[in-house]
Amino acid sequence: MANEVILLDFWPSPFGMRVRIALAEKGVKYEYRDEDLRNKSPLLLQMNPIHKKIPVLIHNGRPVCESLVAVQYVDEAWNDKSPLLPSDPYQRAQARFWADFVDKKIYDIGKKTWATKGEELEAAKKEFIDALKLLEVELGNKPYFGGETIGYVDVVLIPFYCWFYAYETCGNFSIEPECPVLIAWAKRCMQKESISESLPDQQKVYEFVLMMRKNLGIE
Amino acid sequence: MAEQEVILFGMCISPFSRRIELALKIKGIQYQYIEEDLSNKSPLLLKYNPVHKKVPVLVHNGKPIAESLVILEYIDETWQNNPILPKDPYSRAIARFWAKFVEEKILPTALKTIAAEGKEQEQIIEQVYQKLNFLENELNGKDFFGGGSIGYLDIVVFFIARAFQVNQEVTQVELISKEKLPAICKWIEKLLKIDVVNECIPPREKHIAFIRAHLEAAKSSSN
Repeated sequence: MANEVILLDFWPSPFGMRVRIALAEKGVKYEYRDEDLRNKSPLLLQMNPIHKKIPVLIHNGRPVCESLVAVQYVDEAWNDKSPLLPSDPYQRAQARFWADFVDKKIYDIGKKTWATKGEELEAAKKEFIDALKLLEVELGNKPYFGGETIGYVDVVLIPFYCWFYAYETCGNFSIEPECPVLIAWAKRCMQKESISESLPDQQKVYEFVLMMRKNLGIE
Repeated sequence: MAEQEVILFGMCISPFSRRIELALKIKGIQYQYIEEDLSNKSPLLLKYNPVHKKVPVLVHNGKPIAESLVILEYIDETWQNNPILPKDPYSRAIARFWAKFVEEKILPTALKTIAAEGKEQEQIIEQVYQKLNFLENELNGKDFFGGGSIGYLDIVVFFIARAFQVNQEVTQVELISKEKLPAICKWIEKLLKIDVVNECIPPREKHIAFIRAHLEAAKSSSN
């Protein structure tokens, strides 16, 4: 049976990038469709009626929504190569725990670094760095969160790297001095084609964020 | 095989903690239970879950796992009898999707009913109904979300639904009405008839007292 894979996505979305990376790691051929989120396609609304959000992975006509769910699905449906989750149950649990941590912290706090000012911004910057430092401890001296090769947590976290420039510039702070190990990890990840091809240029992301700030009436 | 040491740090009213107890019982796993006083967390809990400092935490042969959904999958992968997640990747994705929906959408919205009053509360109750209605449709004539037997999503949803029902006894806020969510009500009744599920329900009086105490605290802190 032919494998038809479509990804409904939006180019700056870190959540969409996760699925792009997972599909690339597995060598899956798919059709990428960029959505206009102000004018969502009938297909998106049909495939994700609950949240009406991207990314949506459509495999042989069946939708998988929510990026963490989709990445795990890709790992399990194409289990012949490049496993993203480790085989040991305890290590899998740790990977899921940290992916959940990234989901709970990085996007929302990261957003505050470009969407807030004053005391709220200062608090957000501190919280953001603290979260990254915890991730650094988890990484330890492994090349990747997945060990010798890229794994689930790497895929879940690395998309935010292309947003760091926007966070730093808007929030007026610098991540590398505080988290050198994490930045080294990020640069290592960017050497991988599956990742570098899936992430947009950080300058483009920054311009997108500036546009969002304008639309939200910030500064 | 070496003896397996399983410890669960929990809180008897917490639906998240109860999920784990049910999973352990379904699998027939012997475990030691440690009840936590969340206003005075034990050094062991803080050691085993330094990031979130919450229950439940499962400690298996000295190694801790936190976050109830993560723990459920760990249990399913480690003890493979009586599986709670389906084998097929797409069915697993659906179960995980709905579990996330419960955690990130249903529960936070339901919690908002506590502080809200009057028309605002009515609107929030309606929002909760709209979200629960998705689950109602997901049941779609099945006995359980897991199909013919209890599965991951049943475990995830049940204690939350039960908490809503007990909460209604105290606050009269009806989040699960028989008229509007008949399949969910039938599903709850079916589960209550199962021994292992019954063993895991927080004692009713204790549950009510807990809700009352928290309502008092919420009201006094907003004055």
